[in-house]
Amino acid sequence: MELNIAGVNLDVTEDGYLNDLSQWNKEVATEIAKEEGIELTDKHWEVIAWLQDQVKKEKPLSVRGIKKSGVVDIKQFYALFPEGPLKKSTRIAGVPKPKSCI
Amino acid sequence: MKNLLILGAGTAGTMMANHLRSKLYLNKWKITIVDQYKTHYYQPGFLFLPFDTYTENQVKKTGKKFIPIGVDYIQKKIEKILPEENKVKLEDETLDYDILIIATGSKIAPEETEGLLGPLWKKDIFDFYTYEGSLALRNKFREWEGGKLVVHLTEMPIKCPVAPLEFAFLADSFFRKKGMRDKVEITYVTPLSGAFTKPTCSTALTYLLEEKGIKMESDFAISHVDNDKKEIVDYADKAIPFDLLVTIPTNMGDEVIERSGLGDDLNFVPTHKHTLQSEAHENIFVIGDATNVPASKAGSVAHFQAETLTDNILLYMKGYTLKEEFDGHANCFIETGNNKALLIDFNYVTEPVHGTFPFAKVGPLKLLKESVFNHWGKLAFRWIYWNMLLKGIAIPFVSRNMSFKGKIFDIKKSPKTN
Repeated sequence: MELNIAGVNLDVTEDGYLNDLSQWNKEVATEIAKEEGIELTDKHWEVIAWLQDQVKKEKPLSVRGIKKSGVVDIKQFYALFPEGPLKKSTRIAGVPKPKSCI
Repeated sequence: MKNLLILGAGTAGTMMANHLRSKLYLNKWKITIVDQYKTHYYQPGFLFLPFDTYTENQVKKTGKKFIPIGVDYIQKKIEKILPEENKVKLEDETLDYDILIIATGSKIAPEETEGLLGPLWKKDIFDFYTYEGSLALRNKFREWEGGKLVVHLTEMPIKCPVAPLEFAFLADSFFRKKGMRDKVEITYVTPLSGAFTKPTCSTALTYLLEEKGIKMESDFAISHVDNDKKEIVDYADKAIPFDLLVTIPTNMGDEVIERSGLGDDLNFVPTHKHTLQSEAHENIFVIGDATNVPASKAGSVAHFQAETLTDNILLYMKGYTLKEEFDGHANCFIETGNNKALLIDFNYVTEPVHGTFPFAKVGPLKLLKESVFNHWGKLAFRWIYWNMLLKGIAIPFVSRNMSFKGKIFDIKKSPKTN
């Protein structure tokens, strides 16, 4: 499916996650964040960069991983991305939603 | 004489011993396998023990029975791997190796969650990922009079990622049969965005939860267990009350990996996802749950890995380039209760698909659809495990890499929406 943000057609999954990280940029992130009701601050961008780095290294994303990230602690993570922080932060970061095998 | 050393005689290690025993000249290579435990468990059976479907004796056998003659089996604790010296320290001796295969698996780490090992552990809080936990839960279920049953998954990755969901389905069936389903409220709690996280599966399978009256709590990252209030609490202070909590604690690699400085945060060994060679040492290979590869931690995955790894070890011995062959192939039955099951087949890049398995059109097994046949398949698998899989006998018509024959890729991209 496609999502049009700032005049660009983005290739996204049915639940609105980018299929291709190379289509991601800060403008895209800002728009997706707005949809999620979040205004991005410096701390958000740090978390986003960390998430993208983990995904490039093929490391599984988990809330526990956040604890060890050195970027934010879990309480802050929840404060930055309320209600389903992993789900929202990954969508804004343009990386796949953490999945199980089904 | 050179030494090939295998650490761990579980599913993966035992399969490797059998594969390599038939491929290596025993006057050139001495094969040794080390495991401190005497008993080999059929771990998929732990799912059925609590519901009295299997008995104790159906899920355990003496491990030595499955190690081929000609392979040296040492039953001792592994203290430390010394990769710079090509040695492994056991409790009272040190072994040299030319090639090392790490197959030390993964296990639950309940101590990682605050309050999990509190006063309610094994009274009202249980795991079913260990033999002891599964048996204790069976005894609890035999006398339990009902209430709030919470099935909870702490964090990914876990061994057999579908097991918690299967557990919820089987619990529904179990209490229906007992005539007390109306007294049991089942809630499934996951840190992920839902029970089904892949589009193909959520489309095809979401009905299962509704049909069985299982409540769902998603995006729940557990912070601690409140033993006084009998609640699990997440980092947003959301609390879910329980009378009986069945939890899958954090899964971690063996402590020996941590002691040896070979693992990541969760003690899994960084491993090349297509060759299964360790990232850090060229003469160390890793298989099964012990790796950090982004495949499911499951026996079927270890089985497919074992075929690739056997070839790669032979190539490595001759100094050839390794095959980048393993594709993350997994093939799993999912029990859905009422004597039915699903079958899924997928790999690193392809999501579970519809179709038939293993033969195009003929089946007889159906992918991603409930059927009684699939349930028989799952039950028959116990025999296959003990008699074929562990011995490294290839399962007929099921190839190491995922096959695309007879499969329907019916999840089309939705029309353009602007």
